[in-house]
Amino acid sequence: MSLRGPLGQVLGRGSAKQGVHHWWLQRVTSVALVPLSIGFLVSLLALPALDYATLVAWMRQGGVALGLVLLVLVAARHSQLGVRVIIEDYVHASGVKALALVIVDFAHVLAAAAAVFAILKVALGGRL
Amino acid sequence: MPERPLSPHLSVYKFKYTLATSILNRFAGLILSLGLILFVYWLVALAGGARSYAQARVVLSLGVCKLAYAALIAAFVYHLAAGVRHLIWDSGRGLERESARRSAWILTAVSIIVTIVLVYWLLRPGAFAQ
Repeated sequence: MSLRGPLGQVLGRGSAKQGVHHWWLQRVTSVALVPLSIGFLVSLLALPALDYATLVAWMRQGGVALGLVLLVLVAARHSQLGVRVIIEDYVHASGVKALALVIVDFAHVLAAAAAVFAILKVALGGRL
Repeated sequence: MPERPLSPHLSVYKFKYTLATSILNRFAGLILSLGLILFVYWLVALAGGARSYAQARVVLSLGVCKLAYAALIAAFVYHLAAGVRHLIWDSGRGLERESARRSAWILTAVSIIVTIVLVYWLLRPGAFAQ
């Protein structure tokens, strides 16, 4: 049994003051994703076909392109926050955990950047 | 080193269906994160031009991809409904045992019905013929 009191045990290893921010951002992104994801699905699935010309014409509408950029950015952030918690909860070896978290962060930034670039490339022209 | 607080381990709890709704939400979220890769692949293929999109469509029309779409739709519907349930909890409502159990059943029913309707609608004859 330790003679250290409860206060001594927690002093110096308190919260990094980031938990609330993480929790809050997860909620804010989730609220934003409700209209963004439903709007995307309805808009996409209302198309008569999913061929190249139809999709390009669809994505060249300003509202669609803007909605897609927002969806990708918010979804990537929400996903990154969620996968991070899963790794933190279930991966206990600290080296593996740190490596996994960095890979997850890189992958999400790469996915978001590639998606935004692709959306803008289609929306702002280029050959049909 | 003193014991530090840990995240809940699945194995220490007596299994309840409310527990299943919680871990399923996490699992559905993970599926959707993987779906993000497919989504980005689709966007990048489209941005690559008509030929690149035609090549990607061959891949995206594979049976295994169609299975993935069904899984993604189920995961999306469940994660959306369970997420709304969480937001209601965050407002301090519905946390009592009775209402949590009731909302677990509502979540299950809504997810199954909406998923079936969506998948059925996607597989309707003549859908996305091109």
